[in-house]
Order: sequence, then C-alpha cells, then structure tokens
Amino acid sequence: MKPAPFTYMRPDSLEEAIAAVGEYGADARVLAGGQSLMAMLNLRLVEPSVVVDISRMPELDTLKVRNGKIEIGASVTQSEFLEWPALEEQAPFIAKALPWVGHFQTRNRGTVCGSLAHADPSSELPLALALLEGEVELRSASGTRVLKAQEFQAGMLQTARADDEIITAVRFPACAGARGTAFREVARRHGDFAIVAVGVIAKENGALRIGIGGIADTPHCIEIEAAVTPKEITDRIENLVWQLGGFDDIHASARFRRDLVRRLAPALIEEVRACAA
Amino acid sequence: MRRVTSEEPVYVTIELNGRRMTGRATARMLLTDFLRRELGATGTHVGCEHGVCGACTLRIDGVAQRGCLTLALQADGRKVATIEALSASKDALSALQKAFHRNHALQCGYCTPGILMSFSDFLARNPDPDEREVREVLGGHICRCTGYAGLMKALMEAAAEMRRVSSETTDAELAKSQ
Repeated sequence: MKPAPFTYMRPDSLEEAIAAVGEYGADARVLAGGQSLMAMLNLRLVEPSVVVDISRMPELDTLKVRNGKIEIGASVTQSEFLEWPALEEQAPFIAKALPWVGHFQTRNRGTVCGSLAHADPSSELPLALALLEGEVELRSASGTRVLKAQEFQAGMLQTARADDEIITAVRFPACAGARGTAFREVARRHGDFAIVAVGVIAKENGALRIGIGGIADTPHCIEIEAAVTPKEITDRIENLVWQLGGFDDIHASARFRRDLVRRLAPALIEEVRACAA
Repeated sequence: MRRVTSEEPVYVTIELNGRRMTGRATARMLLTDFLRRELGATGTHVGCEHGVCGACTLRIDGVAQRGCLTLALQADGRKVATIEALSASKDALSALQKAFHRNHALQCGYCTPGILMSFSDFLARNPDPDEREVREVLGGHICRCTGYAGLMKALMEAAAEMRRVSSETTDAELAKSQ
C-alpha cells in the first residue's frame, strides 16, 4: 500500500460529488481515471484526506456534438474518445494527437478531462485545448463556470479550478482545423511525456494557428495570417522560441527544446499549407 | 454514497477470473495488493507502482489497464481478469502463450503477465494489427530481458494464429447452420 491514508467517497450523483468536494475543498482530490492522480498518490506527491471517485458517474459520460461543440464529460476515457466514430470528422486535430497520449493501457482508463485537470505542460490534450480554443465547464454548489482554455490553464500542473469545483466537461469547437491539421512530438519513446509537441491548424480565414507544448509552463499559441511570407514565418518562430526560452531538465536542455520548435514548426506549417491548398 | 474512512477495513467482492471472491481492503489499498495479499492471486506482478512499467496490467470488465493505478474499492463488484485466466492448465496454453513459448518471448517472466493481459484485450479488439500498432501497445511495457524482438515475433504470430482459429470457427459455425 503506497498512498498515505485517506477517506474514500464514491457519490451516487453529481450533486453528492459536488457537495463532498465543497465540504472538503483543498483536502479533497477528485478521482476519475486515476492515471495521473493514482501515480501521484503512490509516490506521495499528494496526500489528500479525502478522495472523491467520480469514475462511475453516468451523468458525466457525455460524448456528443451540440451547438457546434464537441462535449466530453468528465468520466469519458481517452480510449472511448479515440474510438468515437465521428472523431476524425469532428476533431481532425485531436484524432492525430490523441494516439500520443500515454499508452493503450493508460488511455483505456485515463479521462480526457483528467489530463486537462493534471495540466502537465508537455501533455497533448492541454495543447489541443489551447490550440483549438476549447473551454472547460466547472461546477460547484454555487453554480457553473465555463472557462476558456487560456483562463483555465494557469501554470505548470495548475489550473483555475477553485477548491470547491469539479470539472464536469470539456468542449472543443467541432470541425476546427477541417482545412488542415498537423501534429508532431518528440519523446524518447512513444507514450512518454513529450519533450516538445507542436500542433498546427488552418483556420477558416486562412490563418494558421500554431500551438507549442513542453517548452513553457503552459501550452503557447500564435497565429500567422495567410499573407505572411516564409521568411517572416521563420522570424516569428525565432522570436517566439526566444520569448518562451524553454527549460533544462533530465530529458532535454532548453537549447534542444528551442531547436526542436525551430525545426518542427516550419515543417508542420508546410504540411498544413500543402493540405489546405 | 459509498464512504470508507481511512484505515477502516471493509469487504470488497470482485469476480476474479469467473469466480466471486471477497477479501478485506482499506480505502488506500491498491488492487494489485488486494489480489496478491488478500486473495492470494499472485500471478499479477508489481513493478514500478506508478503506471510506467506495465507489469501489473490486468483487465477490468474486459479492458486492459494498470492494476497499480486502481484502488481495490474501485474494482468492487467488477469482473477482474488476471494472467491466471488465460489457460486452464500448463498443458492447455492459449494461442498467445504458445506463441510466447515458441519465440522465446520471455526470460525471467517478470513482465510477462502484464504483456499477456494487454494483448489479450488488444488483439480481441484489433485482430489484424500492423507491426507499428503492436509496437505502440508493447511500448506500454518494460522488458529488460528479451530486447523485444522475440516479443514482437510472438505477438505477430499469435495475432495470425488467433485470426486463423476465429475464421475456422466462423466457417464451422456457418457449415453447421447451413
């Protein structure tokens, strides 16, 4: 038994879950797929006094398109999303990035919202949220809040979720990037955390939106209008790379990270321009 | 609401490889420890205990996942399949196990139960995978003996063998129904 002692609660309804999280606040942790939280409990990186299990909650298993948005409930696993028949059509960028999230065995259990809640700066789903300008729905006893990607993602492993809130769903705009998308990441081994991940989508107005993960505390996005010349694109990426800086860790140096962005971003921009043309 | 206060022992019942089994667990007990220590089912191995090495992979309601990233209480009332389920005896190995045997896909055997449980789910859902897909799933396991070449060979061979058997079964069923 590796985790420190805690009280386990499995509410029967979302209302009960919200009440439990409201009561214990910062002492409680919400458990859905557990692919980040269980590892952190086992390593005793977190020692909550209460764990609230929402993994069996039928109210949270939504996976559907509504009002031009794909809505994914908090108990939907990454595998369920990956096997969703409409994925390629409704979310072409996610269809490319999702197979890179963890491994088959962890995607079977890990949830889409859980990955966003964990907010690892090199994770693919937070990058997709930022790049596609998605939104996160949070609920507490006092009501529902909907936060845009940049409001939600507050820093390394940090989000704007208040202690009494539960993330109930994430919404991505449907068909975003239908005109062209590209995704690539560099990791030591497929399924490991990315050293650097880059995504590019072509927007309806012809502009390109570029998202970069693994180089700063949160994923970072820029937009390049349709008329910008290749020379100017190189300059903008160079500026961006120096602005973000990168960081040294056991996996890679800041310099290597900057170099990866310099090489990956133009290649992906080419790829998207070729398929949008 | 199910509520188990810390260190309070409670009974947890699972259907382990087709048999209803009950044991005692506390809130923080991992499924791997529950299986090994409470139920005596030691076929599931424990490696890193934070989801990276894949040694503890088992199936809950058919789906391959990490036993070490699951609380015993989360498995309460569910069907858990472990390596013990793959064959009735050592003379009646499954196609997957036979392929491992033929291709020297194991040496010390520590990672083997996890890999077999991953692929018993994966190949059921993806009967005709290409080598890249098999590699990706195998990437969720760490094996320090084989160098993975024997594993790849065994897995591709097992997939082909399972396809052959299932098409023969379908043919036989068709013949019977006609």
